[in-house]
Amino acid sequence: MAGKPKLHYTKGRGKMESIRWLLAAAGVEFEEEFIETKEDLEKLRNDGVLMFQQVPMVEIDGMKMVQTRAILSYIAAKYNLYGKDLKERAWIDMYVEGTTDLMGMIMYLPFQPADTKEKNLALIIERATTRYFPVYEKALKDHGHDYLVGNKLSWADIHLLEAILMAEECKPDILSAFPLLQAFKGRTSNIPTIKKFLQPGSQRKPPTDEKFVASVRKIFNI
Amino acid sequence: MAGKPKLHYFNGRGRMEPIRWLLAAAGVEFEECFMETKDDLIKLQKDGSLLFQQVPMVEIDGMKMVQTRAILSYIAAKYNLYGKNLKERALIDMYVEAMMDLNELLMSHPFQPADKKEQHFANMVDKATNRYFPVFEKVLKDHRQDFLVGNQFSRADVLLLEILLMAEECKPDILAKFPLLQSFKARISNIPTIKKFLQPGSQRKPPTEEKDVPKVLKIFY
Repeated sequence: MAGKPKLHYTKGRGKMESIRWLLAAAGVEFEEEFIETKEDLEKLRNDGVLMFQQVPMVEIDGMKMVQTRAILSYIAAKYNLYGKDLKERAWIDMYVEGTTDLMGMIMYLPFQPADTKEKNLALIIERATTRYFPVYEKALKDHGHDYLVGNKLSWADIHLLEAILMAEECKPDILSAFPLLQAFKGRTSNIPTIKKFLQPGSQRKPPTDEKFVASVRKIFNI
Repeated sequence: MAGKPKLHYFNGRGRMEPIRWLLAAAGVEFEECFMETKDDLIKLQKDGSLLFQQVPMVEIDGMKMVQTRAILSYIAAKYNLYGKNLKERALIDMYVEAMMDLNELLMSHPFQPADKKEQHFANMVDKATNRYFPVFEKVLKDHRQDFLVGNQFSRADVLLLEILLMAEECKPDILAKFPLLQSFKARISNIPTIKKFLQPGSQRKPPTEEKDVPKVLKIFY
C-alpha cells in the first residue's frame, strides 16, 4: 500500500512550493521532511536517494522523483489535472511554462545582490503586467470560461493562482488592470481544496525572508 | 491538410536545437524561418505570433507553439516517443529535465563573457562527468537495454545523444570513463532518421562561433 507522498526540501517555498500547491489542490495529503543543515543535504546525497544530487525530491508511488517539472507533470497526469487530449496538454504546458518563468524571477529576487533588487523588482512587475498577465486575461476573455483550458480545472489554473498571489506580494495592486484575473483569483481561491491550503496552519510556506535566504545559502553553498 | 511544422528562430542551435533533433528523429520534415535582426523579432512580436513575446516558436498542427519544453513534449507524445505509461513518462521526464540543465550549460558557453568563460567551462565539464553522465551510464548498465527507458526508443535517447555530441565538441575525450555511453552514442547515431540528421546538409546547426555571438545578442538585447 502506497503511503502519502513525502517531500524533501528546505522549509521554505523555493522550487517545491508549486508541488505543494498541486498536491493540495488535488486533495492529496503529503508529508514533509525538511533539510535544515548542510549535513542533512549531504546525508540525502550519500544515501543515494537524489538522482542528480539535487532537491526537490518527492517519494511517490514507489519512486524517488526529482526534477520539479517531472514531479509536477506526474502529479498533474495522475490526478486528471492535465487536460483531456494532446492539444489541451500543449496549452497547459505553454501556460505553465509562462507562470514558471514569472515565479522563477520572483523566487530569485531575495537572493539577488542588494543593489540590484530595485531594478529586478521593477522588471518583475513589468513582465507580470506586460508579458504574462495579459496572456491569461485574454485567454479567459476569449473563451469566457472559468478555467484556462478545456473548461475544466487544470494544473495551469492552480499554477496561475500561485503566480498571482506571489506577484501581489510584490505589488498588492498588480492586478488592477486585469478584471478577469481578479475574478479568476476569487473563484479559484474558493475551490475547497485550495481554500483549505490558503488558510493558516496549512503546509503552504510563507514568503522568503532574509533569515531563510541565509540558511539556504549555507545549506547549498551559494 | 496540415503543412510541415515551421520553426522560427535564429540560424543557430540555442534553444531550438533539441526541437530540430526530435522532429528529425521522428522522421518529420520541417521548415525554418530565420530571424537575422532585431527587426525580425519585433515583427513576430507585433504580429501577435509569440504568446510570451519569445522564441522558439513552432507552427504545428494549427498552433503557434512556444516554450521549448511544451513544444518538445507535444512532439514526443504525438510521435510515440514518450514511453507507454505514466511511470515511463515520469522516468523520461526526470532524465530529460537533467539533460536540459546540462544543455543550458553547454548552450550558453559561447555567450559567456570572456572573464567568466574558463570557470564556466570547468563547471560544465565537472557537472557532465560527475553529476549527469554517471547516472545515465548506470541506467544503461543496470538494465542492459539499448534505450534508456522501457526498452523502447524515446525522446530521452534523442536528447542524450545530442548532449553527448555537444559535450564532445567541448572536450573530445569527455566520454573516456563511460564505455556504455560510448556504445549508446554509436548505436543511436545509427538509427536511420538520426544518421540522416547527422550527415552534412541536414538542418542540424553547427556550434555557435565566437564571431557570431554579437550578431545573435543584437537580435535579443
